[in-house]
Amino acid sequence: MAKVIVVTSGKGGVGKTTSSAAIGSGLAMSGAKTVIIDFDIGLRNLDLIMGCERRVVYDLINVINGEANLQQALVKDKRISDLFIMPASQTRNKDALTKEGVEKVIADLKADGFEYIICDSPAGIEQGAMMALYFADEAIVTTNPEVSSVRDSDRITGMLSSKSYRSEQQLTPVKVHLLITRYCPERVEKEEMLSIDDINDLLGIDLLGVIPESQDVLNASNLGEPIILNQDCDAGKAYQDAVDRLLGIDRDFRFITYEKKGFLSRIFGG
Amino acid sequence: MGLLQYFRQEKPKKGSAKLAKDRLQIIVAHEHSCAARPSYLPEMQQEIVAVIRKYMDISSNDVKCEFSDKADDDMSVLEVNVALPKNR
Ligand SMILES: Nc1ncnc2c1ncn2[C@@H]1O[C@H](COP(=O)(O)OP(=O)(O)OP(=O)(O)O)[C@@H](O)[C@H]1O
Ligand SMILES: [Mg+2]
Repeated sequence: MAKVIVVTSGKGGVGKTTSSAAIGSGLAMSGAKTVIIDFDIGLRNLDLIMGCERRVVYDLINVINGEANLQQALVKDKRISDLFIMPASQTRNKDALTKEGVEKVIADLKADGFEYIICDSPAGIEQGAMMALYFADEAIVTTNPEVSSVRDSDRITGMLSSKSYRSEQQLTPVKVHLLITRYCPERVEKEEMLSIDDINDLLGIDLLGVIPESQDVLNASNLGEPIILNQDCDAGKAYQDAVDRLLGIDRDFRFITYEKKGFLSRIFGG
Repeated sequence: MGLLQYFRQEKPKKGSAKLAKDRLQIIVAHEHSCAARPSYLPEMQQEIVAVIRKYMDISSNDVKCEFSDKADDDMSVLEVNVALPKNR
């Protein structure tokens, strides 16, 4: 059964696009035909993060308006064989996203054999964000350990349980996962930052993953390579763990405690 | 930065995360109770006040409508409180 998964947050800039790219890539690498749809109409960015910006011809709104067909708009990833990107429109406004239009695109993708349809939501709670979450079966609520992000995550979780297709049709509720990104164990240790437990207590959502704050993420975006392809870095490994958990594989949480560097390693590095 | 300045720098206050959590707990609980509140509540409240005022000389501030919907209860409660000033 195909699954529609929205990556959402309410608050902007918390790592939705980074996470959509990483998790979508990870799912495709497991052999499942996957598409990542950019719902950020007017502020297309997923193409850059995935490194396919120069191959974009048509976009989601073209498909909704019947100006292009699905196959013309899908950009095939050059590294991962089962992965496709559906870019957002850079020129139209977000009201071009109609419920009927999105419903048809998702139905066509399912008919085309896609197993995972990842929806990269824009920030906010307006049309674009509501359309990204409306048809979701599961949601990955992306949260930074910071007050406004946690509050917005709670808000968007409320929307998932009241403003989604599943809620309106009284089907099984959207399955909500929590993904904590930009986590700094050292600052948590110093009690300067909300801990995983704090966020869990506040939001009460199943924890899918904890991605550490990492310089490698910026580097990956410079290169146009989803961070999960860099399996030498902590953030890449943490995303892989999250993907594994989505696939039902048990993984211990890593990179969540701070190890004080000893005197020697402080001098010699490492 | 000089060495002296470095040592004189104020250390970040330990425990600001605790305050963050406390504040979030309060606001999140508050927002949940608002979300559960039916959207017609303010209008209904005005109508209730209007009906009572047909018979009694009270101001709208004397009437309080509270809607509560606690997750661990299996009932929502609508409480209407009318403060009746004496000798009227
Ligand atoms: N784990 C991380 N460590 C360090 N930087 C990160 C991490 N995750 C994301 N970032 C950085 O945070 C910024 C925002 O990331 P991203 O674009 O994925 O957020 P977004 O939620 O999609 O934003 P928007 O709401 O604008 O769509 C980027 O500069 C990205 O490199
Ligand atoms: Mg984004």
